[in-house]
Amino acid sequence: MNDHAHESHDHHHEESFVRKYLFSLDHKMIGKQFLIFGLVMFMVGGGLALLFRWQLAWPDKPLPIIGVSKEYMEEGEVTTAADRKWEERFDDDKETWIEVNMPSGVIDPAFYNSLFTMHATIMVFFVVVPLLVGAFGNFLIPLMIGTRDMAFPVLNMLSFWFNMLGGIIMMAGFFVPGGHAAAGWTGYAPLSSVPELSGVDWGQNLWCISLIVMGISSLMGSINYITTIINMRAPGMTWFRLPLAIWALFIVAILLLLAFPVVASALALILFDRMAGTSFFLAEGGGDSLLWQHLFWFFAHPEVYILILPGMGMASEMLPVFARKPIFGYKSMVFAMIAIAFLSWIVWGHHMFQSGMNPALGAAFMTTTMLIAVPSAIKTFNWLGTLHRASIRFTVPMLNTLAFVSMFVIGGLSGIYMANSPVDIYIHDTYYIVAHIHYVVFGGSVFAIFGGIFYWFPKMFGRHMNATLGKIHFWISFLAFNGVFFPMHILGVGGHMRRIANPMQYEFLQHMQWINVFITVCAFILGVAQFLLLFNVFWSIFRGKVAEQNPWQATTLEWYAPTPVPHGNFGAIPQVYHGPYEYSVPGADKDWTPQTEPNGESPHGEPIPAGATAD
Amino acid sequence: MNWLNFPAWLPENVSTFGQGVDNLFILIYWITSIVFLAVMAVLIVFIIKYRFQEGRKAEYIEGSTTLEITWTAATTVIVFGLAMLSLPQWNKIKFPSQFPGNPGAVVQVSGKQFNWDMTYPGPDGEWGTDDDLELENQLHVPVNEVVHIRLTAEDVIHSFFVPQLRLKQDALPGRFINMWFEATKPGTYEIPCAELCGFGHSGMLGYLTVHTAEDYAAWVNERWGE
Repeated sequence: MNDHAHESHDHHHEESFVRKYLFSLDHKMIGKQFLIFGLVMFMVGGGLALLFRWQLAWPDKPLPIIGVSKEYMEEGEVTTAADRKWEERFDDDKETWIEVNMPSGVIDPAFYNSLFTMHATIMVFFVVVPLLVGAFGNFLIPLMIGTRDMAFPVLNMLSFWFNMLGGIIMMAGFFVPGGHAAAGWTGYAPLSSVPELSGVDWGQNLWCISLIVMGISSLMGSINYITTIINMRAPGMTWFRLPLAIWALFIVAILLLLAFPVVASALALILFDRMAGTSFFLAEGGGDSLLWQHLFWFFAHPEVYILILPGMGMASEMLPVFARKPIFGYKSMVFAMIAIAFLSWIVWGHHMFQSGMNPALGAAFMTTTMLIAVPSAIKTFNWLGTLHRASIRFTVPMLNTLAFVSMFVIGGLSGIYMANSPVDIYIHDTYYIVAHIHYVVFGGSVFAIFGGIFYWFPKMFGRHMNATLGKIHFWISFLAFNGVFFPMHILGVGGHMRRIANPMQYEFLQHMQWINVFITVCAFILGVAQFLLLFNVFWSIFRGKVAEQNPWQATTLEWYAPTPVPHGNFGAIPQVYHGPYEYSVPGADKDWTPQTEPNGESPHGEPIPAGATAD
Repeated sequence: MNWLNFPAWLPENVSTFGQGVDNLFILIYWITSIVFLAVMAVLIVFIIKYRFQEGRKAEYIEGSTTLEITWTAATTVIVFGLAMLSLPQWNKIKFPSQFPGNPGAVVQVSGKQFNWDMTYPGPDGEWGTDDDLELENQLHVPVNEVVHIRLTAEDVIHSFFVPQLRLKQDALPGRFINMWFEATKPGTYEIPCAELCGFGHSGMLGYLTVHTAEDYAAWVNERWGE
């Protein structure tokens, strides 16, 4: 049967451009589509952050280049080309987009709210999820479990195009009258549910609609992932021989499947409140503003783990390869992820300690939240254990993975402060939480993504990314990342509220303003450094060093597939003999034993003679 | 100031329960710092010691049940202990049934885009009567006396935050939430809004004035007479 499939896939006809690159049914191409989509949105989301970082460091000062000069601001004296341009804009009768949002090049407070709202929305829903779940999920699942494609290829294609549709709707929101959604990515009602209270009209509607569309995309993806992983594993690929990245994606798919319907319903309720005059979230109509928070966080806490679990899985792939050692405690890694997934359903209240819900609930949620530290610690200690007596290769993926581990430690530990409800009274809604989420999602997930792109790039595109450029990108990103987000802990401890446009309005914050300036300078360095990544990716697709089949000498099945991977992935479907991390097996003739080779045997299937050593 | 010494960046504490919050903060600071330094030390030693070297192979180690049990148990004990240790502090600040009685002042605070409206019930102790006093963004209370606040909001969610009191509580439209504090030092403190409430969120700011006993009596006298 395998041979038959082999033939039918090898002799497929040349596909048209549209079928091959746009409406492809091939999981690898869909994965690449998600990758490009995610990287482009990553630059958009980052750009928004730089705009509001400027405002935070130098409140109400015109932006460089596009803003007016100091002379013009103070005395109306035209000195630069930008001044002349602004004179023209003010003179004509039209109210252009830039005049509304950035008069004279100064970010308007309402636009500021849209900026941070959309930065978070884009980074969470249009960057990290599409990259981790869309790009790596699609590319890796069939290859790593040893099958030819996803269970439902058409659904898979639709999943990407719904994602694209959601992205277009979301970006359109910037250009509607009233501006884009400005109620934070958490969209707390009634600010989000009553247009008059925020001044935002269709922006918030589009935000809701886009997220519902994104939810549909995620549902299609997750059904596909779950079905594929359960039903289509290669012979011999038992559950406990699955790579940890697949375990992570499997668990994430289940979380997505169960969580998204909840937020989709809640978003629909917001739309009803806004457009049909209902009052689900309005006290005077018998509704309740806390209802939204319960529904949103019931979804969004699992969502937070959706953002980190695939990163953990990918780190667990790269660590053994470059440590040349099995992952430490494979099964406890699996159970820790399952535990995290279970706990993620009963901790949402820790976002609401100060929300006015019954304080008895606060006490209960503190206890469940604290428990999350346990599986997180297990994972961290196992990553450390993997390095013990290893033989570490400091490749670009490994550098990013080590950054992932250490940044995740900071992000995990800073979470304990907020899990502790009395301490949270003080640091809730301050920059402490901003620091925490970025250490987990940027320091964690995004570094895992950086590493993952470099690591799987040879299999995706048949070429290597440039290692020198990769190292430069890593070091600048790593240092600038810490320069941006570590000082945010300090701001938080000083009481600096999040989501304020101008810290100088508060006397108790003024002594820390130099920290805001420092953060913004680092943020610009961090932002510029990402062009190195983008350049490296796009240049290497066409010009990178041609890759061999298994350049990292790794054991998992994707490296068994030929490079470039043909339609249908494998010649004959491989037989799996053992777990995914058999490195430096005593007695083996090389320091990696692919899953397709029985332990203790040479690649040709002949037993190694007794007494033979590895060298 | 030292960037790593988090507690040094806390603003001065001026409430009776603030020290309890700070103590927990400092305890967590020490626990997490020690764990962080230990993990980083191990990581760095491993990275240096077990870097790739010609002629040395990695060792085939699949795991250790003893170690797994040890660090699972140790983490569970620490975090559970921390949670249990924190509960009394949480209850003390947030459970209305545990609030100290005999307040020296009772005030209703209402968030409204983008101001704090303070309503004093006046000598009759009831809101909605003629002797009510309404003040915009000004909260006056006596030092060393319990203050009861009835917190609400008129439009969207706001959050009452006084950093020096270590007190934060969201104000919800349609609900009245009770909270309390006892300030220990006279002075004026800012009351920022800590929950995004619209385009004027930044700059939504009230002032808490903590008076000495005599000053407060004079302030009350000025408003309502004898």
